[in-house]
Amino acid sequence: MSSLTLAIETSCDETSAAVVQGTRVVTNVVASQASMHAKWGGVVPEAAARAHVEAILPAIEDALGDWTVDGIAVTNRPGLVGALSVGVSAAKALALTWQVPILGVHHLEGHILSVLADGCAVPFPHLCLIVSGGHTELVWVESPCRYRLLGQTIDDAAGEAFDKGARVLGLGYPGGLAIQNAALGGDPDHYRLPRGLARDPANFSFSGLKTAVARLVEKEGVHLSVSDAAASLQEAIVDALATKAMHAVEANEAQALTLVGGVAANVSLRDRLSSECARCGAAFHTPRFELCTDNAAMIGIAGGIRLARGESDGPDLDCLPNALLPGLID
Amino acid sequence: MIPAMRPSLVHLLSSGAAGEGIPCPVHATVSTESDTRKLAAEIGANFRAGETVLLYGPLGAGKTTFVRGYLESLGVAEPVRSPTFNLIQVFDTVPPVMHADLYRVQSAAGIGLEDYLDTYVCLIEWPEKLGSMVEPSECWRIQISFRDGGRFISAARPGDGTPEALATPSP
Repeated sequence: MSSLTLAIETSCDETSAAVVQGTRVVTNVVASQASMHAKWGGVVPEAAARAHVEAILPAIEDALGDWTVDGIAVTNRPGLVGALSVGVSAAKALALTWQVPILGVHHLEGHILSVLADGCAVPFPHLCLIVSGGHTELVWVESPCRYRLLGQTIDDAAGEAFDKGARVLGLGYPGGLAIQNAALGGDPDHYRLPRGLARDPANFSFSGLKTAVARLVEKEGVHLSVSDAAASLQEAIVDALATKAMHAVEANEAQALTLVGGVAANVSLRDRLSSECARCGAAFHTPRFELCTDNAAMIGIAGGIRLARGESDGPDLDCLPNALLPGLID
Repeated sequence: MIPAMRPSLVHLLSSGAAGEGIPCPVHATVSTESDTRKLAAEIGANFRAGETVLLYGPLGAGKTTFVRGYLESLGVAEPVRSPTFNLIQVFDTVPPVMHADLYRVQSAAGIGLEDYLDTYVCLIEWPEKLGSMVEPSECWRIQISFRDGGRFISAARPGDGTPEALATPSP
């Protein structure tokens, strides 16, 4: 019988708490601030930090129910220090009260290992593509807790490219969903948009897309087909991600590719990666949607693995705005 | 097809003494992203710890590119990513640098910018969201706009004229 871990995640906009047992997600509660942000037309950081303060104990109570846990895993890096502190402070207080070990978890390690949820048999080593509003990374996962960073964005994240592209095209927020909907029926080849860093096999660049879309809007004026522009923008992002991910699958002879992070919800990206993996004989895995966006269950899975190895942090556990993935090899 | 660098920029870049930066205010037209980075390094040589640099310009103009050029001149080798989602990125350079992007926030209150203003070179994108936290006329103001297929960049020192005036310089 493996141990139960309480997990807490407050690194960005979501306040989340979960109970996991090994890779089994027992409970996963996410109190999203998205509706609050929509109301104010953007994040109000002070209110966001206060919203974490308001939501953290109810989220923990909901997730915990009557379970008694053997350890606590909490996201302590990277992220906004004010937001991280809320989760880390709650975790420390509970660890002290319950006299159980506490472990700080790197947010991206949570995303990488989210694919193991509920006993999903993902082989190691494998390749992982992390795509979200703040991240775009291609990571070789040698084993749980041993990673090699193969590539990353040098400027904007893929989710940011969707959001800002949607803004330039006058579509709504969140941009990923708005672009995906607007692209339905659009011709992805109608407008040719750039693939940044086309000659670099593993790193990404999306900042040029904003400029290209802005130019397109200016040039076409009233003749712009928003549907074709959205389809072309989506294709540019998906093509850049898929081309480099598949190049890495082949170069490393990966037996599996995993897709994690909020942009994993994009149907065009999932379909493209899934069919290309099938063609080259690699398995393709992506977690269910609620585990793609920020959530505590993934932190519990990653933290649970490390706690089971005897790792833990002291009462001086700190929050870090920037941090490399732990366990990097090479 | 990359257009050739404009002679005016070449002249401007070569006129500054090494390490001291070019005299400001600056008005320059640049054609390529690499020109923006070079100009940022030249202007940035003037920045001192405790000074704030406000970056104005529309989406895609090259505000983050400007920051990247400046940080590269300080020896930062890793990618300088847009902090749109993380809001703040801190670099352990000499002088220390804080890079903030207020694009997705409605107000800057509560992010923790105040912790850096006195001791870091603070580069802030979308400074319209700062409210009364800083007085723009006491900051460096960099304005980047699209012009003739390239970019028009103007820079004003703390105490110099307003960014509005810089955006439309007399010919």
